[in-house]
Amino acid sequence: MRKDTSDLVFKYFLAVFPCLILLLVAGILYQLVSSSGLSIHKFGFKFLSNRTWDPVAEDFGALPFIFGTCVTSFLALLMAIPIGVGSAIYLAEYAPAKVSKVISIFVDLLAAIPSVIYGLWGIFVLVPLMRTHVQPFLGKYLGFLPFFQGPNYGVGFLSASIILAIIIVPFIISISREVILAIPSVYKESSYALGATRWETIQLIILSHAQAGIFGAIILALGRAIGETMAVTMIIGNNPSITSSLFSPGYTLASVVANEFSEATSKTYLSALIEMGLVLFVVSIVVNALARLLIWSVTTRESVTV
Amino acid sequence: MQTMDFDKAFQRTKAKRYFMDQAIVYVLFLCAFVLLFILFSILTHLVINGVSSINVNFFIHLPKPVGEVGGGMANAITGTLTLLFLAVLFGVPIGLAAGIYLNEYADYRFAQVVRFTIDVMNGIPSIVFGIFAYVICVLPMKTFSVLSGGFALGIMMIPMVTRTTEQFVRMVPNQLREAGLALGAPKWRVIVDIVLPSSIGGIMTGIMVALARVAGETAPLLFTAFGNRFWNHNLMQPIAALPLQIFSYAISPFEDWHRQAWAGAIVLIVVIFSINLLANYFMNRRHRFLNGQ
Repeated sequence: MRKDTSDLVFKYFLAVFPCLILLLVAGILYQLVSSSGLSIHKFGFKFLSNRTWDPVAEDFGALPFIFGTCVTSFLALLMAIPIGVGSAIYLAEYAPAKVSKVISIFVDLLAAIPSVIYGLWGIFVLVPLMRTHVQPFLGKYLGFLPFFQGPNYGVGFLSASIILAIIIVPFIISISREVILAIPSVYKESSYALGATRWETIQLIILSHAQAGIFGAIILALGRAIGETMAVTMIIGNNPSITSSLFSPGYTLASVVANEFSEATSKTYLSALIEMGLVLFVVSIVVNALARLLIWSVTTRESVTV
Repeated sequence: MQTMDFDKAFQRTKAKRYFMDQAIVYVLFLCAFVLLFILFSILTHLVINGVSSINVNFFIHLPKPVGEVGGGMANAITGTLTLLFLAVLFGVPIGLAAGIYLNEYADYRFAQVVRFTIDVMNGIPSIVFGIFAYVICVLPMKTFSVLSGGFALGIMMIPMVTRTTEQFVRMVPNQLREAGLALGAPKWRVIVDIVLPSSIGGIMTGIMVALARVAGETAPLLFTAFGNRFWNHNLMQPIAALPLQIFSYAISPFEDWHRQAWAGAIVLIVVIFSINLLANYFMNRRHRFLNGQ
């Protein structure tokens, strides 16, 4: 009988830890809500639609930061999706085995670089390049668009989006690559046997079969882009503004927290910043849950049919 | 007449199709090439700017006051190691135990709930963990501290460690467990003496990968470990960390500090890559162990 009790004790001892994890996530939510209570109480839902950010008058609105996060994440996805999915198809289908292996190692390397080093590279390499070459070029030839007008500082929405794109591309590649490799080769072979070219096979077989998985990868990457802090903080210019010009300095939810948290002088200021964290938390939970459900639905569906 | 037209049209589409067939592979190659080009740009800049600034002083000296040239990041390097040690202390036991429970005991629905929570937790922005650690540790203690920084990094490790532990424990063949149980051992002895030792290589790999990921984290340390320009041996005081130092030097206006930021970046990259190499080592050992059986 002693054996049974020792087993039970061990089981319940271990059971504490998964419960601890559930409690931890609930605790994060609870703490974020209760610590931003002051700001929630004072500004209510207007917090999300107010465009002023005035620590002196204690009037806080998150709109410029939400705008910055949305713009940079969207642009980053716009750049990262073609390059990421394209590279993934190349690596999975057309690259010689050795080349594919080497490039995959490099992609892993890229994923292991911390964001503060991307930021460092951004400040000293990307921003000067944007200031002296890329943005004047864009302004000259595409300046009739409202996106490419205005003063050119180098730092701003466009530079931050490029850095973000570089950071999320490895995610998109590694997940998409696995999804593409998982497509049964019979499908591709039958497509080729019917005389389809590689381009047609990519369109009809690879993309249509892998689309759910790739979509999941993109949503995961979006979650990553929304929460990315350091690299963006270092090159977005840190100025709360809502403009159509991508050259102008901006601000994001994560970077305002990073920059101003330890300087927040009043309680309302601090709780407004914590409410930004709450917004980030909720958005990232929703995005990740979506991606996860999507990926799960794909994998379970396939395990049923196979 | 009609056949002629058809032939011509057929030839035209054929040419177009073959052109697209060739072109798309080049386009795809270009995608991969752009990526490699960026990676090389980052690495060459790191090496060119960083290596020239690395010397013995960098590893043994404290940062010099503003305006004085020289000095190093000795305190930041040891600070990062201290924080990582604390992170392992906070994160690994919880992750390990939870992972074992999920595979060995948990019923299906509970396990799914926990797995889902872990996946979602993995996607929470690191700065949110920083805020959480600030509210939980820094506010009550009324001081930025080593402890709160280690706590923030530790809870970030939990989802990754849990997930990999569960995966590798699941790979242990059931015959091994049954053999243990048949010899009359209680289940907990089977887990401690058979399941854990045979999956330890994989579990270590998971821990190393998680460690490498938090080693470069800056955002959760900004208002927990906070940074420090001097030595600190007190867990209740702020401490320097490499990523923090790189950040504050990079955005500073001083040439000499920029130089040191690059040097710090090289050291940080080397630390992270060596942790990853260690992960590979454990993985290979695991393969040898399994093949040897």
